[in-house]
Amino acid sequence: MSTCEINGTRVDFKALNVEDEMPLLWALRDELNLPGTKYGCGIAQCGACTVHIDGEAVRSCVYPIGACNGKKIVTIEGLAATNGNKLTKIQEAWIKHQVPQCGYCQSGMILAAEKLLRDKPKPTDADIDAAMTNICRCSTYVRVRAAIHDVAGTTNTRA
Amino acid sequence: MNTTNVSRREFLQTSAGATAGLVIGFNFPSSNAQSKAPATAGIAAGNVGGTSEVNAWIHITPDNRVLVKFARSEMGQGTSTSLPMMVAEELECDWSRVEISEAMYSEHIKRNRLYVTTATGGSRGTRDSASVMLNAGATARAMLVQAAAARWSVPVSECVTANSIITHTPSKRTVTYGAVAEAASKLKAPEKVALKDPKDWKLVGKPIPRIDIPDKVVGKPMYGIDVVRPGMVHAAIAQCPVFGGKVKSIDAASLAAAKRMKGVADVLDMGEYVAVVGNNWWRCNQAVKSLKVTWDEGGNGNVSSESIKKYMQEGVAKPATLAKTTGDFAKAYADAPTKLEAEFYAPYLDHAPMEPMNCTAEVKDGFVTVWVPTQSAEAAAAAAARAANVAPDKVEVYRQQLGGGFGRRGAFQDFSRQAVEIAMKVNKPVKLLWSREEDIQHGHYRPATVARLQGALDKDGKLVALSARVGVQSILERVRPEALRKTESGPVDPMATSCFDDSPYAIPNLRTEHFYAKQHVPVGFWRAVAHSQNPVFRECFMDELAARAKRDPYQFRMDLLSGTADPVRRDRGVLEAVAKGADWSKPMPANHFRGIAVQDAYGSHAASVVEIEKLANGKLKIKRVVIAVDCGHVAHADAAKAQIEGCMIYALTAALYGEITIKNGRVEQSNFHDYPMMKISETPKIVSLLVPSGGFWGGMGEPPMAPLTPALLNAIFAATGKMHRSLPLSKEGVLFA
Repeated sequence: MSTCEINGTRVDFKALNVEDEMPLLWALRDELNLPGTKYGCGIAQCGACTVHIDGEAVRSCVYPIGACNGKKIVTIEGLAATNGNKLTKIQEAWIKHQVPQCGYCQSGMILAAEKLLRDKPKPTDADIDAAMTNICRCSTYVRVRAAIHDVAGTTNTRA
Repeated sequence: MNTTNVSRREFLQTSAGATAGLVIGFNFPSSNAQSKAPATAGIAAGNVGGTSEVNAWIHITPDNRVLVKFARSEMGQGTSTSLPMMVAEELECDWSRVEISEAMYSEHIKRNRLYVTTATGGSRGTRDSASVMLNAGATARAMLVQAAAARWSVPVSECVTANSIITHTPSKRTVTYGAVAEAASKLKAPEKVALKDPKDWKLVGKPIPRIDIPDKVVGKPMYGIDVVRPGMVHAAIAQCPVFGGKVKSIDAASLAAAKRMKGVADVLDMGEYVAVVGNNWWRCNQAVKSLKVTWDEGGNGNVSSESIKKYMQEGVAKPATLAKTTGDFAKAYADAPTKLEAEFYAPYLDHAPMEPMNCTAEVKDGFVTVWVPTQSAEAAAAAAARAANVAPDKVEVYRQQLGGGFGRRGAFQDFSRQAVEIAMKVNKPVKLLWSREEDIQHGHYRPATVARLQGALDKDGKLVALSARVGVQSILERVRPEALRKTESGPVDPMATSCFDDSPYAIPNLRTEHFYAKQHVPVGFWRAVAHSQNPVFRECFMDELAARAKRDPYQFRMDLLSGTADPVRRDRGVLEAVAKGADWSKPMPANHFRGIAVQDAYGSHAASVVEIEKLANGKLKIKRVVIAVDCGHVAHADAAKAQIEGCMIYALTAALYGEITIKNGRVEQSNFHDYPMMKISETPKIVSLLVPSGGFWGGMGEPPMAPLTPALLNAIFAATGKMHRSLPLSKEGVLFA
């Protein structure tokens, strides 16, 4: 009973023979060939696997397929499609501020930032601290903060 | 849903027949067939046309695109932009039409190490490439001009170049690079070309938008973990938890059950590890975890962090192997009125790049192909060749985008070897991916280190004698044992006593010794390597000595940096810059404290001031970090600053939390819950100061690491009067807000 919509396309996991226990991350990566969502820890610590499920930022490495039924899922590959096939303001700001280094965690970082701004269009630094718990080993944190403030038009008290 | 990999695969297949000189970057990691080249500068996307190889580094198409070979690995440091910028600078080509193309390992080998090296480590990506790239651009430009001049029958001196167009000034005739590239490629390269004066650079050093970033905000780059090959199976493994051990047996019932698990194709006893292959990595990993394996642990099942530390403490308590001596330390120390002795400890550290170790391998008709996120195509090829027992020229390496490297993906290619071993066993292409747990528990760690320091001040409070006895395993022994210094009392790894042997301070009596520690824990090149711990020992001890001398730590250092040699002058320069940037001459507000440190590393010079606040609840808050770096010439101002930001958190994470501990011969930590990382909430303000003094190219990826931890510890020393000589701070009871 796991039919859902991923990046606007209907997906029937039963038909794909994907078991309910499989984390969404591995269905995306190894069954649907959507590799933009990354594996970092498998225990919801790092956020590299963050996707949107019905508008929530979710760590897909611990989200079972069995829970996906009827859900609308957006991955990094489908993000621009939610914005008229244009890069979102966050994605544009990521380029403007030259945020990514290796880039591996950035799919998750971007989707976490999208959700933050949807909830709090004018985030404070404390809001950013609370929402942006993704791990980046290259340490793009300084620029992540700057880019979010730039999009929101809010003041960066840590610059 | 996404045909990216199918198209990519087709391109990879057609690539096999491409001839030298027509090789285009269809296999560049961040590229794929659907990728629309970013506006800033395209990444070649498989359009093989009549390109001309003007020289090894530069291919030009008839429609005026310039393809620059990239021989290093892009792991976020930005050299896939900054190195082509150097070519474009001297080539005088249109930057918007520059594309990067992977310098293939096979070409490198076939053509007598054409690209000098494919390794990316030691902060060498820029400093060892700069003159090569600038010369490649200048040489190609000269040949293009010569070809145009010959076509027009005019003197070369009457031609000028700009934006990929050659103009014959007197007649105002023009021709594009693309139109004369083929003729130019047939000319003999000039032996010597003049390079621009750095003051005339238009691209080099500028914060040009990085060419790899647009793809990275849409999830497009192909990391190693993303590779898909026709007929490929996934593989997950479990290695013996005690380093050096091997599989003794696999419980028959668990083996049978694992083989029946959904998606599992086979369970393999690989000797040192067990592997499960199947149609989905998660299914394979579930099966691996279900196996009941009995391990032959070898002789190291009793080793612990405590036993290792005790062994090294005993090692440095008595004389060890002499590394360097100047003056007469023993006498000067005995005679001095003020003496100080201290023992420092730094733990094992794992790299933990965000992308766990992985490699995809295919072995067919005696030829091995690997798709791997590697810091060295040559090291990956060597591992693959050994595993398959073939010659190095029977290997091809497709370097994928790296999800972080930090030294883990360089010299030690265990993951490449294993992928080839499994591929040979199952006779299919295999994508091996380590779980995060395997990644953390089977690293090549920054070695745990114990340092016993002795220092003496004369009656004026001047440092007159310093001794450092460092107990540490040798990394060099594992990669280049011939480079170890042999002495009568045993080998010395020059890295062990670095930062002391080459200290810039004027110390008349210096003695360093290496206690050459042997342990079963594998050690490797962690970001900044010995410069991740030795500067802590040296620079913290300097602050303790300064306190004894009742001197300001900045002034205490400046007085000892009296020499006129370049390294000393530059260390002084960055110290001055950081002191100015941090307003060192002004007192700190109430409950605010700061520490300072300086260190040269990897050809550059770095100094840092860390400012902390002591909160009412006793916790500390890191408020601001100021870092000054002199890397000679700056290759790319914005990428350089990004490296400073990255080094700040990488170093502070280790200082606050970083520790790999050993119990019963195995690593105790397994994932980010017990090997934690700093996050955005803990990130302090940073002031990055680039103070290039010119005349040389220094590294950027590691040097800013070196002064950070000692500056933090010195700030805590200023705040509390206690020098924490053992890391991480979490183990010392130091709490941060």
